[in-house]
Formats: sequence, structure tokens, C-alpha cells
Amino acid sequence: MQFTLNGESREFDGNPAARLIDVLREECHLTGVKEGCGEGECGACTVLIDGEPVCSCIIPAGQVEGADVVTIEGLGGNHPLQELFMNEVGAQCGICTPGMIMATLKLGDAPTLDEIKTALAGNLCRCTGYAAIYRAVLKWKGMPEPASAGSAVVVQ
Amino acid sequence: MRLAISGLDMRRATSVEDALAILRNEKRMPVAGATDVYIALNFGTLVPKQFLDIWALDELRTISKRGDTLVIGALTSYTALIQSHLVAEHVPMLAEASRLVGGVQIQNRGTLGGNIANGSPAADGVPVLAAVDATIVLRSFERERRVPVNEFYTGYRKTVMQADELIVAIEIGTVEGKQWFRKVGTRAAQAISKVVMAAVRAPSPRIAFGSVAATVVRVPETEKILGAGGSIGDAADVLSRELKPIDDVRSTADYRLRVSVNLLRRFWSDTE
Repeated sequence: MQFTLNGESREFDGNPAARLIDVLREECHLTGVKEGCGEGECGACTVLIDGEPVCSCIIPAGQVEGADVVTIEGLGGNHPLQELFMNEVGAQCGICTPGMIMATLKLGDAPTLDEIKTALAGNLCRCTGYAAIYRAVLKWKGMPEPASAGSAVVVQ
Repeated sequence: MRLAISGLDMRRATSVEDALAILRNEKRMPVAGATDVYIALNFGTLVPKQFLDIWALDELRTISKRGDTLVIGALTSYTALIQSHLVAEHVPMLAEASRLVGGVQIQNRGTLGGNIANGSPAADGVPVLAAVDATIVLRSFERERRVPVNEFYTGYRKTVMQADELIVAIEIGTVEGKQWFRKVGTRAAQAISKVVMAAVRAPSPRIAFGSVAATVVRVPETEKILGAGGSIGDAADVLSRELKPIDDVRSTADYRLRVSVNLLRRFWSDTE
């Protein structure tokens, strides 16, 4: 079976019942795809299939035949969102970060805070908190920060 | 943790006809968006090991009108339901329910047919279908048949579906009256319902509950008293006798009953 992975054509001839996350991490060595809950609850494994965010931990690899798959590695390493997540302290332990960023990419222009929250409702963060994450996304979209988005406290 | 895949066998169907031909000869569990099947597989609670991947059957992704009937293809995702003008016009509470399923990632993959076939009493889409008396279209290689959703479930995760059948579509006739939907869970997204209620305010009100019994249920006694012009107070008393929720890991029977009665009252006052 053939699919496109981060812009390049790939062949996969393993068991189509394998989870997409296992193929991405262990065969394609794309370890930016994180496994959190393994039940589609936390969003850490989020990748894009044909531009739509999905949980790769509950997708059979056979279902990406002919599809376009993008992981965090496909962003190239210095995507503005990656910089903003760092600068706004939107990442702490980092496990949720790749999934948060992938889930954010589909947002349209000028999103409201509510729209950002809806886009990220399927992504859980257990340490840095959501305020810094929302702030990073708002800045990426050039939107003003509402007071309710909170502010960063950086401890040197 | 990496899923052990030895022993798992998944075939990919290329068309509905192909899928039905395979199901005629082989016992395979159909897999659409996998958002329920693969969770059970990851947990080690899924018994079947032979699967039929039907994700590629785009012919089951259409939403159309046939006369006054809305026909929703079984592989329609929650995202497609949320975005559909026909759904918004005809049965807006189905779009509302779809918005409350999981998060965006699950909405992109989960399908209405899968929600029905999975048979969970906590399914968010099914109470809507029950309240509007939807019909489920089942097809096997030899025949097609239509089953009212309110006759589809025979017990906890048990349905009238045969092993060689696929859900191909859901049909919804004209819905007269105000539609009302409410899901109560631990949080707005990514939470399995404690109680879910869908209802239509018409001369004969139609009211369905999820998560309060072994299957999604209609409450005919409660509907009858409201339809006969009884007071909401009397209807609430009837409902609290008619529903028999259980205690489980998500909630208690007492809580569920109380919330259900509150939802009934809220439905009645919201749709006046």
C-alpha cells in the first residue's frame, strides 16, 4: 500500500490492522507522534490525514492507503507555532505539544478564543495549562489576547 | 503501548457490493472510523479478530433528500453532519449532538452508522434518531431491509443486525415540532454521557434517553401523559417511575434519574 507521509511517497506492506501510530513511530521513526491514553481521549497522537486532525492511536494503518499524512516532523522544525509554543511557555513536559500543534493547524483566519478551545477540545494538557497554549495560538493568528486567556509566568 | 497485531486480519472493501460479497462468505466485523473498535482493541476487550475495513466506501458518505425524507449515508462523519445544510435544516439536533461527540479528531473519524452499530446505550447520536423515529437501512448481498431505530436494539449492545449485513443509510422523515437535545457529562468534550436526552415538542411529544438503560429508550408513558395535556409535574412523576437507570462507573442511578427529570422539565419550559 502507498501513502504520502510528510510530502514523500511511502510504501507500507505490513499488517493493515496495525495502528497508524505504531507504524509512524516504530517503522517510520517519527517519534514526535506521542502516545498518551491510547483511546482517542488525549490527542497527543494527533496527525493530519488529508488535512484533518485525527488520533493516530485508533486508526488502522490500512485506512491511510492513498492518503496524505502529516506529522509534527512534517512542519520542518521551525514553524511559527512551534516557536510560539516555546516563547509563550505553551509547552512544559512536551508530551501534548505535537498533538496540540497539529490540532491547531486546521483553524481558519481570525479565530475567536472559543473556536480555538473547540479545535483543541480533544487535546489534554496536564502540566503547563491551557492559557499559555491559547495565547500561542492567538498570537500565531495575529489575534489580540483576551484577558481571560491568562498570562505567562516565567520562572528563570 | 504498541498494539499486538499478530492474529488480527483486516480486509479492505473497495465498494459496498464488494463488502457485501465478502460478508456473505466470511464472518468479519465491519470497521468504519474505528473510534470505538480500536479503543476496545487497545484495551484488549474486543473479541473479534477478523475485520472488514469499509472506510473507503465513499458511496456511503452522501447526505440527500428523497422527497421529504432525509437520507444520511452510514459513513457520514460527525464533522460532515455538523457542516451539512440539509441536517441543519431538517434535524438540527443531530448536528448539535454531533458537536458534543468527542473532540474534533473523533468527529472527523466517527460515523453515524458506527454510532448505531456499536450499540452503546451512551451513544450521543442514537437518542436523536430514536426521538425522530429514524429508519435504519440494512443491506446484505441478497436483500435490503428497513428497521425502525426503536426496534433495532434487543438488549445491551445487541441488535437485530445479521452478520452479513451492513448499515448503509439512515432515513429521517419530516420532523414537525421543536427539537431539543441535551447531553450531561463530566465535561463538554471527550466525555461519555451520564444522561443524554433528545426530544421533539409536537402534539404527540417524542422523548428519548441515552445512558439510563441497557439501550437507548423512548419513554412512551411520559410521552402519553404530555400528549394528553397532563401537567409537566405529573409527567415528571411518570418519568421517575418509567426510567430505571443503573449505577455504574460514570454515575449513580439516583443522579441519573434526578437529572433525567430535570431535563424533561427543562425541555418542556424551553420549547413552550
